[in-house]
Amino acid sequence: MASLDRCRTVLAQTNPRLGDLHANLSDHVQRIDDAAAAGADLIVFPELSLTGYFLKDQVDELALAPDSGALAELADASERISIVAGFVERTPEGRLYNSIGLFEGGALRNVHRKVHLVSYGMFDEGRDFAAGESFSSFESERGRFGPLICEDLWHAPSGYLHFLDNVDALIVPSASPARGAEQPGPGLASQRVWRTLLTAHAMMYRTWVVYVGRVGWEDGVGFGGSSTVIDPFGDVVVELDGLEVAQAEVELDGSALRRARVSTPLRRDEKPWILAAELARHVPGLPDAERDS
Amino acid sequence: MSELDIQPELVTRMLTSFLREEVENAGFSKALVGLSGGIDSAVSAALSARAFGPQNVLAVLMPHRQSNPDSEADALRVVDALGIASRRVEITQMADAYLDGECVNDATRRGNVMARCRMIVLYDLSVEWSGLVIGTSNKTEMLLGYSTQWGDSAHAVNPLGDLYKHQVFQLARHLELPAPVIDKPPSADLFEGQTDEADLGFSYATADRVLFAMVDRRFSINDLLDAGFDESLVRTIAARVVRNQYKRLPPVLAKLSHRSISHDFRYLRDWMK
Repeated sequence: MASLDRCRTVLAQTNPRLGDLHANLSDHVQRIDDAAAAGADLIVFPELSLTGYFLKDQVDELALAPDSGALAELADASERISIVAGFVERTPEGRLYNSIGLFEGGALRNVHRKVHLVSYGMFDEGRDFAAGESFSSFESERGRFGPLICEDLWHAPSGYLHFLDNVDALIVPSASPARGAEQPGPGLASQRVWRTLLTAHAMMYRTWVVYVGRVGWEDGVGFGGSSTVIDPFGDVVVELDGLEVAQAEVELDGSALRRARVSTPLRRDEKPWILAAELARHVPGLPDAERDS
Repeated sequence: MSELDIQPELVTRMLTSFLREEVENAGFSKALVGLSGGIDSAVSAALSARAFGPQNVLAVLMPHRQSNPDSEADALRVVDALGIASRRVEITQMADAYLDGECVNDATRRGNVMARCRMIVLYDLSVEWSGLVIGTSNKTEMLLGYSTQWGDSAHAVNPLGDLYKHQVFQLARHLELPAPVIDKPPSADLFEGQTDEADLGFSYATADRVLFAMVDRRFSINDLLDAGFDESLVRTIAARVVRNQYKRLPPVLAKLSHRSISHDFRYLRDWMK
């Protein structure tokens, strides 16, 4: 793993075709090849970018084992550029996860399985997927990345664990439905909430935040796009349109991390042992010796 | 300023994108709308014209001899304003063949038959036009069940289904639809002098406020009463919402097998699009 220097990152805000693995894979490879040819270092796709989102009974039909042909094709495309893409992962035990993978140097290097499946309102992920159980950083040649899938970001400890790992960027692929077109705006309430959350993460964790949403409609639910990069000071560097397929390239700059962390050294001053001790009050069975000592 | 106010340009962009993509998903690039002369169908037609281009939208005018002549005149104003194609199919003959033959005098039954005749015409012309039928039912009337099942509620995609009547008015003004269409009292025009608000027994403005609180903001009946709404109004509206749930769902299917169509055979309409 290298530390972040200058990582030219492409946000691929796509409109995956529901259930059409072949068409989505072709679109991925085309965008990957174009980004690599343009000299980009990393390309990030949305959540479930290879399959579409409201899969229901299609989850099983579209699931991919890590050695499947479709993922091998993405791995092959990663010789010249690092790739983060979303897919349904099938494990040898037959579990199905909502996963994103880091493809790099011709191989699938890391997988993050969505921990916080959404099962309320219009969502039913808990019915269709197994939940991930960990937050591990992606150790990339470009830097250390903290992968979070959509709802993962809404649970404060997710980002916090990556913060403890000193990630250079949170990478947040998403498939968030667009909603809330009431006044006063501007824009959708859903997107304003995302921007607030993403900005708070960048500011509190002094890290780059790369959010890649998708667009398009599935049975009347529109996805809100608005892919965003926020720098470690909390300033929005780019925000794409909320409705259209779009792409942007942003350079994630290691020196910005250094400056943000010198000016406000929140990680240095963090005291995770206090959290560990306090957690004993909330999680039965955790040893509380640390607190008593 | 109302708490129901939407951002009309944003909503227009979203609904235009929705119409284009969902109709294309079904393999079509054209649309048709039953244009009554009222505000809902005018807004659906205007959104369709933006989504598909005016030349790809067919407005179907389907008057009955009992219809108010002003309705057709208003529908033609919309056709002219939008520059869309139009077709006039009078339903008097087909409707009266049944209504007179069976001596149907009840106003509700007559209205339902007319609404279903219009559905037959629209779905037939959709084959000739190679387009999909675009819905004109708004959220207020869908929640209240103020529609004819398999009549005006029959359509392929509906851009208005998540907009309260107040929001449809807002959109109509934003889309610069002809003033007479926006200004006249809403009417199903099933008999002379009919207005929606007289039928319902309360105004759309009131119904919108109650429904918005009840549905969008999840107010309980007690919450609504605490907020100052009239109890009999609230109970009337709440009862209509519950009683008409059947109109908003597909027919009930008895589960017998291990995998049944509406129970655990779970695929979107947009399956493999």
